[in-house]
Amino acid sequence: MTYSSILIQFLNGLASASSLFLVAAGLSLIFGVTRIVNFAHGSLYMLGMYVAVWLGERIGFWWSVPIAALAVGAFGALVESALLRRLYAAPELLQLLATFALVLVVKDFALWAWGPEDILGPRAPGFTGAVTIAGLQFPEYDLFLIGFGPLVLGALWLLLTRTRWGTLVRAATQDREMASALGVNQKWLFTGVFALGAFLAGLGGALQIPREPATLLIDLSVVSDAFVVVVVGGLGSIGGAFVAAFLIAEIKAFCIGLGLSQFTLVVEFVVMAVVLVIRPWGLFGRMPALARGAGAVEPPLVAPSPAALKALAALLAALALVPVVSGGYTLVLLTDILVFALFAVSLHFIMGPAGLHSFGHAAYFGLGAYGAGLLLLRAGAPMELALLLGPLAGGLGALVFGWFCVRLSGVYLAMLTLAFAQIAWSVVFQWDAFTGGSNGLVGIWPASWLASKAAYYYITLLTCAGGIALLWRMLYAPFGYALRAARDSPLRADAIGLDVRALQWAAFTLAGLAAGMAGALYAFSKGSISPESLSVPRSVDGLVMVLLGGIQTLTGPLWGAALFTWMQDAVARGIDYWRAVIGAVILVLVLAFPQGLTGFLRQRFAP
Amino acid sequence: MTVLAARNLSKSFGGVQAVRGVSLSVASGELLALIGPNGAGKTTCFNLLNGQLAPDAGEIEFEGRSLRGLAPREIWRLGVGRTFQVTATFGSMTVRENVQMALLSHHRQLSSLFARAAQRHVAAADALLERVGMREQAGRPCAVLAYGDLKRVELAVALANQPRLLLMDEPTAGMAPGERGELMQLAADLARGSGIAVLFTEHDMDVVFAHADRIVVLSDGELIAQGSPQEVRANAAVRAVYLGSHA
Ligand SMILES: Nc1ncnc2c1ncn2[C@@H]1O[C@H](COP(=O)(O)OP(=O)(O)OP(=O)(O)O)[C@@H](O)[C@H]1O
Ligand SMILES: [Mg+2]
Repeated sequence: MTYSSILIQFLNGLASASSLFLVAAGLSLIFGVTRIVNFAHGSLYMLGMYVAVWLGERIGFWWSVPIAALAVGAFGALVESALLRRLYAAPELLQLLATFALVLVVKDFALWAWGPEDILGPRAPGFTGAVTIAGLQFPEYDLFLIGFGPLVLGALWLLLTRTRWGTLVRAATQDREMASALGVNQKWLFTGVFALGAFLAGLGGALQIPREPATLLIDLSVVSDAFVVVVVGGLGSIGGAFVAAFLIAEIKAFCIGLGLSQFTLVVEFVVMAVVLVIRPWGLFGRMPALARGAGAVEPPLVAPSPAALKALAALLAALALVPVVSGGYTLVLLTDILVFALFAVSLHFIMGPAGLHSFGHAAYFGLGAYGAGLLLLRAGAPMELALLLGPLAGGLGALVFGWFCVRLSGVYLAMLTLAFAQIAWSVVFQWDAFTGGSNGLVGIWPASWLASKAAYYYITLLTCAGGIALLWRMLYAPFGYALRAARDSPLRADAIGLDVRALQWAAFTLAGLAAGMAGALYAFSKGSISPESLSVPRSVDGLVMVLLGGIQTLTGPLWGAALFTWMQDAVARGIDYWRAVIGAVILVLVLAFPQGLTGFLRQRFAP
Repeated sequence: MTVLAARNLSKSFGGVQAVRGVSLSVASGELLALIGPNGAGKTTCFNLLNGQLAPDAGEIEFEGRSLRGLAPREIWRLGVGRTFQVTATFGSMTVRENVQMALLSHHRQLSSLFARAAQRHVAAADALLERVGMREQAGRPCAVLAYGDLKRVELAVALANQPRLLLMDEPTAGMAPGERGELMQLAADLARGSGIAVLFTEHDMDVVFAHADRIVVLSDGELIAQGSPQEVRANAAVRAVYLGSHA
């Protein structure tokens, strides 16, 4: 690499940093005031892109950018006042889930409005050429972007320090109660901040269109990049977002420049890991105030009553009899339900009793699936062995990622788990030669004695019921009690000799192993796997199952998994935009039953 | 015999010097009261002693062994029990389970994956609860207890690993005056009976003067007086800074 090409890569990085900064700054601002981590922030960015492309054809690029940003800002205001405002007092988890439901809805809206193909944007009039820097060509537009980022930073700084509104925003960021005591009209402040954050995201997207086509995949990749930026820079710090955006964008630029684009994610991961180990709250972040609890305190865990055990045994017997009376389609659906029941129970294991809110649990499901598939196809292992050892990939992934995750809590943990899942997804998605890239792997069929639907159903029933029973048993064991203790009061747990991190790490790994088992079973039941099996939407499916059933109950995830899998099956076949339907259902459920279905039923019909 | 010896402890938070050069020691069987107005640095001292905070300067020895760099859980294993000013219990567990948790940890059974936790150490847990007068409420969820009762549960939990040093941060807050005397009497019996060293903070001066063997007075992070209750009562600096503000 010559000096001049190093310089060019550096400038490339600076240009990308600007958009990234806009998104991350918006995310940080919104979090600072409303304490909500907006998972839909990448979707706002995506909207900004599409709206700008669409408008650009009609009114020209330079008009389209501010108008697109304003439109996205207005959309943000609408979302805040119609939806989020009702959730400020709700448990953190539900807020996150609600913003994720928005991701689904916005994605399908974009699909409906602009179609599935990537759309190339116009070039920016006045900046269409290139300048020669150190003997190499560099786009003029990128120079414009390089200047624009610091300009926005300066404008934000002026806004926050020199205006009355900015003073209120800072006051609310530091101390909500104080701000309300000062007589701040909170409603308008919150709406305003959300609109500003959305505006910044939309602006970031709109400004990007001369460089990149608008695509439906951008939402999650941008939001996970923004999460990395915010985790590195410190949540709530605009300056931190600027520095971290610069850092991350430069890393990307140099990896790509060196022809090592496949290592981008690895390097990004290493940087984030190092920062987290040295400064858990980011370079410029402060330790967050204690996270709010997950709603009402859970009642003590009682041993299952004989009647409940009988009911479970009866359910098991009924499930064992299904192949006798029914075949084909029912078995396929039930196999899916069983697999996702194990997945949901493993997620509940860490989310409920251990209090670790993971937004990336599908990573371990997918790693288990790919582990099994790769063992079979690449290592030539017999199917039985692949099914047995594949899940270890999930466990191993959870072991590595978990080490970092248990160092954080609350929204930081949620962001980190999502970022890890996105990294795992990207690696699988990009590594064509080994994982089959976006096409995935095909030909993952069970051994001949398991080839019939009924036989595979039985092995699934056996494994999933066994796995679920083991996980439940652990919750009644000292280990499970210790997990709940560490969740209820880390302070007290530490003061009576519990190694909180070690316990949580072990739980995370066990849950990863169980999710990996579910993934491996899933791979052989379908005969193929695609990167979708470890995508973020799959993680959110798991969350919905757990929350649908009610996080405070042990059997909740079972019912949640059954209902959701069935619903998805029924809806996905009938409706084109089923993700949006699921998103809408989540929103309705979150608004109507903040304690989950079982929690709701229990409250409603409690004696 | 000196159980705990702290020398020249200092700790500041940003600009606030919460503890400045405090030295104190507690002998086995002794009840030492740490008193001082709000914000004097008492809780911060406790946090330094049980490893929750690292001191900026100073040394702490427990039974002759330096506690430098040890985590609270390690210090607990050495034999230091603690209760918190703002009670910290496991809200999703019953009173008995809270104590069982400490017993399970004491017996190093936390990594057991398949045993039934609720059936372990039941008798031992109930015996501890009996001592603090919480036996009748053993089956109730901690989340529904009155504040004074939570303080008792904390005491039972702190006693579960047979500590040789007990740190109690405002153990009687939230209790009726009569109950306060009883609880402190229990602590005094423990100290004298089993030779436990007890260090406690307390805002109720009647309780302090009735039960403490010795008193250490903090003001603005500094140790301004120490001695027997009579000496401290008579100390002019204490009257000015502490009693004066209350009388
Ligand atoms: N974590 C912290 N961060 C910043 N300042 C702190 C922290 N903990 C304590 N302080 C400050 O240190 C000083 C001493 O506080 P500390 O809680 O030790 O007092 P205290 O004697 O226990 O008071 P009280 O009788 O009200 O319990 C106070 O000024 C307090 O504001
Ligand atoms: Mg205190």
